[in-house]
Amino acid sequence: MQHVVNLVVLSSLYCLICCGYVLIYRSSRILNLAHGEFMALGGYFIFTVSMGIVSKPIPSFLVACVFSLGLGFFVYFFLMKFMAGESIFAAVLATIALGILLRGLTTLIWTSQLWYPLQYLGLENASHQLIGDAMISTFGIMKVLSAVLLCACLFFFLKFTKWGLRMRAVGENPLLASQRGIALHKYYALSWGIGAFGVGIAGMIQACDSGLDPGMFVIGLKAFPVVLVGGLDSLKGVIPGALIVAAAEIFAINYISPQASEVAPFAVLLLMLLIRPWGLFGTKEELERV
Amino acid sequence: MAFASGYFKTTYESDLSLVETRSRWVCLVALIVGLTVLPILASAFVLDLANQVLLALIGSIALMLLTGYAGQISLGHAGLIAAGAFTTAILYKELGAPIWITFPASALTGAVLGFTFGLPSLRLKGLYLALSTLALHFIVAYAGAEYETQRGFATGVIVDPPSLGPITIQDPRLWYYVLCFLDILLVIFALNLVRSRMGRAWMAIRDRDVAAEALGIKLSFYKLSAFMISSVLTSIAGCLFAYYRGFVSVEAFSLLMTIQYVAMVIIGGLGSILGAILGAIFVVLLPYIIESVVKVFHVSTRLTTYMFSINHVMFGLIMIVFLVLEPSGLVGIWIRIRNYFILWPFKHKTLGDR
Repeated sequence: MQHVVNLVVLSSLYCLICCGYVLIYRSSRILNLAHGEFMALGGYFIFTVSMGIVSKPIPSFLVACVFSLGLGFFVYFFLMKFMAGESIFAAVLATIALGILLRGLTTLIWTSQLWYPLQYLGLENASHQLIGDAMISTFGIMKVLSAVLLCACLFFFLKFTKWGLRMRAVGENPLLASQRGIALHKYYALSWGIGAFGVGIAGMIQACDSGLDPGMFVIGLKAFPVVLVGGLDSLKGVIPGALIVAAAEIFAINYISPQASEVAPFAVLLLMLLIRPWGLFGTKEELERV
Repeated sequence: MAFASGYFKTTYESDLSLVETRSRWVCLVALIVGLTVLPILASAFVLDLANQVLLALIGSIALMLLTGYAGQISLGHAGLIAAGAFTTAILYKELGAPIWITFPASALTGAVLGFTFGLPSLRLKGLYLALSTLALHFIVAYAGAEYETQRGFATGVIVDPPSLGPITIQDPRLWYYVLCFLDILLVIFALNLVRSRMGRAWMAIRDRDVAAEALGIKLSFYKLSAFMISSVLTSIAGCLFAYYRGFVSVEAFSLLMTIQYVAMVIIGGLGSILGAILGAIFVVLLPYIIESVVKVFHVSTRLTTYMFSINHVMFGLIMIVFLVLEPSGLVGIWIRIRNYFILWPFKHKTLGDR
């Protein structure tokens, strides 16, 4: 029972991380290799806000969310926009460079010490008893709730709003979309903003749940297995992808060794690449097989 | 191609030669003399730096062949170096194997890993190699860590200096000459490789894979060969790394190391062996340059504790600046400067550069 609860909590964390990731890939075809750093920055935002600006929980979360959103826009307008005419290859290399830059900046500003933003927020991370003898922490519940909320919002946004429709159009065919009068840069920037926002929330809740140090970006790297299992361009693939990867990880922790849990997601990734490289829900034509 | 205009190739030999003009011969001889004399004049610190550059150069050329010529991004470079280093360390620790066994064994490990991890990505276009090599990094790191804990080498494995016959390679000067020799062999190999059928096929795939396939280039074969050659060379670098440091531990092979190698090929200039050399020199020396700048300006001593993160930031910034403003890297800058002086006082551009 406890394993099931852990599985749900971990997979909702992965869901939070990967929704934004898929959105960025869908609209701009760029693998964002700095996604893990975005996540760590989300955690540091809530830490700084709670310490320096407002220490009430809800306003500080909102302010930190705005910061995360701003980070995405900032990155797009000051870096990725310049890579627009270049090859995707160069753009991906630029995200690698951005990642190392952000990692350096975070340790420069916040040092590599372990912080607990929770103590500044005045909240407690109590554990609750569920049916049976399974335990779940408050922020575990938060993870599940916000993942469900984010997925639902994104689904609604992409399916039923005008902006969502345009974003899908941009992702499908940027040339035609821009000819129909869609401002490409606006929608690219929006996807980067939402991407950073989603992963930022993941970072904030994770920071509250188990502390904050620069090593957090490694959790963000596990986004790759998740999105690849689900299909790189498929938003609905994120949920099964997250479940499969989380299941592999929890299995490895319990039955092999804690060290193995670090590699389990990547073993899944490799397996998926061999069997079904376009993922569970990804479009096959999308890949242009060689 | 030549240093001055008015140079024409009239024979097949001159068309095939690696060193084309007399002035280039002069430069080459000067370079070789400089390389030979360096360890006699240099201090121990400079010699260690030179050795680090020479070690990094192997990995950097390997990555240049893969990224710069074949156009595939690899994020598993540190993993491959670790694989070579751990092969060496394990063979040495468990069997007491000498270097003439560990060296080819590391190369073999590289070939096997290159084959297995190259396979999934070659069926697909795009950036799939980046993802599968990221998996490679974590799996090798896990295997290394598992070996360390199982055998009780919690901090790392100690490797004694290698001996070739009666000679033990321990003196930094001797290391310098050995590495120099290997690097020169490697540079000649790489220069010849990229102008052979294989190298041209790689460049065709990099530039437009559909067109390359239409010309009859087997994409899967050439992509896999690029990744395998690159990973063999990288594992050999790992083997030498283990012997040079005398110590192998998983912590040394972090993702940062991968990014350093990626930085070398970007900063040096993608698609040029000279770029790999310049990039390796630049990236290895950068932390020391930053440190000495900090010392010269007497910035508060508090800053020195942040040296590590300052290096991160500088790497990121410089990579971004090169990607956005000068995609052809240090080589591009060098060629522009050179052409300016060749053509002076005229200003028109040369047709074929480099």
